[in-house]
Amino acid sequence: MAQHTRKGAQFQALTANRLSDGIVVYLTREDRWSESLQDADVAEGKEAGEALLARAAPSVEANEVVEPYLFEVSLEDESVRAVSVRETIRQAGPTVRRDLGKQAELAGVHR
Amino acid sequence: MYRYDEFDQQLVNERVAQFSGQVARRLTGELTEDEFKPLRLMNGVYLQLHAYMLRIAIPYGTLSSKQLRMLAHIGRKYDRGYGHFTTRQNLQFNWPALKDVPDILKDLASVEMHCIQTSGNCIRNVTSDQYAGAAKNELEDPRIVSEIIRQWSTFHPEFSYLPRKFKIAVSGTPDDRAAIRVHDIGIQIVQNGQGEIGYEIYVGGGLGRTPMIGKKISGFVPKADLLAYLEAIMRVYNMYGRRDNIYKARIKILVHEIGVEEMQRQVEAEFAEIRKSGTLHLPEEEIARIEAYFQPPAYEDLPDESTELNKAVVADPAFANWVKSNVAQHKVPGYAIVNISLKPIGGVPGDCTSDQMDAIADIAEKFSFDELRVTHEQNLTLAHVRKKDLYAVYEALKAHDLATANIGLITDQIACPGLDYCALANARSIPLAQQISERFADIERQHEIGELKINTSGCINACGHHHVGHIGILGVDKKGVEYYQVTLGGAADEKTAIGDIVGRAFTEDEIVDAIETIVTTYIGIRKDGERFIDTYRRVGVDPFKESLYETH
Ligand code: HEM
Ligand code: SF4
Repeated sequence: MAQHTRKGAQFQALTANRLSDGIVVYLTREDRWSESLQDADVAEGKEAGEALLARAAPSVEANEVVEPYLFEVSLEDESVRAVSVRETIRQAGPTVRRDLGKQAELAGVHR
Repeated sequence: MYRYDEFDQQLVNERVAQFSGQVARRLTGELTEDEFKPLRLMNGVYLQLHAYMLRIAIPYGTLSSKQLRMLAHIGRKYDRGYGHFTTRQNLQFNWPALKDVPDILKDLASVEMHCIQTSGNCIRNVTSDQYAGAAKNELEDPRIVSEIIRQWSTFHPEFSYLPRKFKIAVSGTPDDRAAIRVHDIGIQIVQNGQGEIGYEIYVGGGLGRTPMIGKKISGFVPKADLLAYLEAIMRVYNMYGRRDNIYKARIKILVHEIGVEEMQRQVEAEFAEIRKSGTLHLPEEEIARIEAYFQPPAYEDLPDESTELNKAVVADPAFANWVKSNVAQHKVPGYAIVNISLKPIGGVPGDCTSDQMDAIADIAEKFSFDELRVTHEQNLTLAHVRKKDLYAVYEALKAHDLATANIGLITDQIACPGLDYCALANARSIPLAQQISERFADIERQHEIGELKINTSGCINACGHHHVGHIGILGVDKKGVEYYQVTLGGAADEKTAIGDIVGRAFTEDEIVDAIETIVTTYIGIRKDGERFIDTYRRVGVDPFKESLYETH
């Protein structure tokens, strides 16, 4: 698995794909999986990041999600933003089809 | 066209049943992801950036109208109303749910289709010339050999765990439209002094991280010995191919490391062994049985000239442009080959909506013997259209935004899915293709520039064939920002070449201007009748380097 976060990342969120349909999801503070990055729990610092990642294990065990990983986010005006182009596209949908994916379905998606 | 026999249908049905069971067991948790992943990959199911992706095999790119209608139906019912035709002559759906995949596979099986050999370390779907059976200078329909190879390689026990994936392409004409020299094995159909048909064999071509041009290891393998010879190559590869390092596992690395003479020697030795046993000798009846599926359609006796066509060309300049770029010569008088561009100006290369698929299926049924082809340049081909029907075909295509007149021109670009869909990507590919397409939208200018192939990949895996684009663009990632590296002088035809890197990479804001600079430099120095690639071969990279970097 490629690295999607950065060593010195201050803030990180946890993402995975839902097993049954593959849709991208984010782990929330209540340990649920939401389709919106805006619902994601955000960990600050390395140790909190590791603790966040560990919380994916039960959902992987329970066959709810696959391929969980951490990625870097920033917090701007109360909203959670993915830092890399890749994760920005992943939380929105294809930039070449603005009518598809989360950008067409959810509020608070950034481009 | 090839039709399943009982055996084929049974195999495919069994595979659907088997995989349906595996999906069910995965969803209930009886299978873990680690156990399931290789199984889903064997059935063409990948996990991509936004969702699963399903890759559907279209053997050697030939489809019936009925099959295309089924793809349209699947796109509508289980996906988001469109599919993506790829450089492997396959179709990919970008949004299927895993839980629906068994139903999709059942629908596919009902029209003799499947997702086998689209993934994993097996012999992948054989690719071929989209003009098969119609090209003027064809020695033999390459789909015959392709089908023989398909039957031999599918589920061959020795080939399910090769060191790495394995791609074979076949061309039946001296001008190569199937890019055979960038495949693990390339097969060129040839004729010897006695007028017998045989096969010239190239081995060790490939793109990706380490691009290589295939080396010729045999000038003439007789028909009856083809499978024995291919099996010999596979055995040598299976024995010596590197399983320890994924980057060195392709046969191109083996050929490069031991050299072509040693490869040839090893293959000949295996070949002699196999021939002694006689098991892979192809009997004439078997060849005839397969050939029968690819008999020419019931052509009419027609004059080669069509007054209807000539009149329409004069009356409608847009149609004339389309004929110029999208219509190719057919071997039978009065017929023509029609290329349907899936590259509308500003569109996504290779994307096709379900409605468009239905429309194309109807047009193929009415005007081209109910059959069509997918090209490795991500377009479609109607192989046998009467010249007098060309205008009607054009009008029908135009009604569905399918009559863009740009085949072989600068806006007919190959682009991989890139970061818009692909989990492995470093950068986006499609938006570049779109911006370039818009910049060069003017049809007169496109014709003035002439043949020019721009290929873009979003990472070094090279699914967009950037190494062999006349202009190649490779997306790279520099600290989370997209950059684009340009290569020049690549080609995938009978004069295959890997492009030269021109210099430092460009930002997204710079890249379209850089392409324009390359084009104007070429226009400035070309001699009469020279295509871009001819000029490049004459002058090399320096003039382009100068104009790209000295003005910046
Ligand atoms: C979106 C999911 C895809 C994934 C995960 C993927 C993955 C890969 C990988 C890992 C390689 C390098 C293999 C190697 O060098 O051993 C590769 C090569 C290639 N892929 Fe893809 N690919 C994808 C989509 C596509 C598409 C859409 C096309 C057709 C447009 C395509 C056609 C090819 C071709 C032609 C090559 C080069 C073969 C060679 O190395 O000689 N792939 N792909
Ligand atoms: S070249 Fe890279 S980015 Fe493009 S489809 Fe292949 S793996 Fe994905």
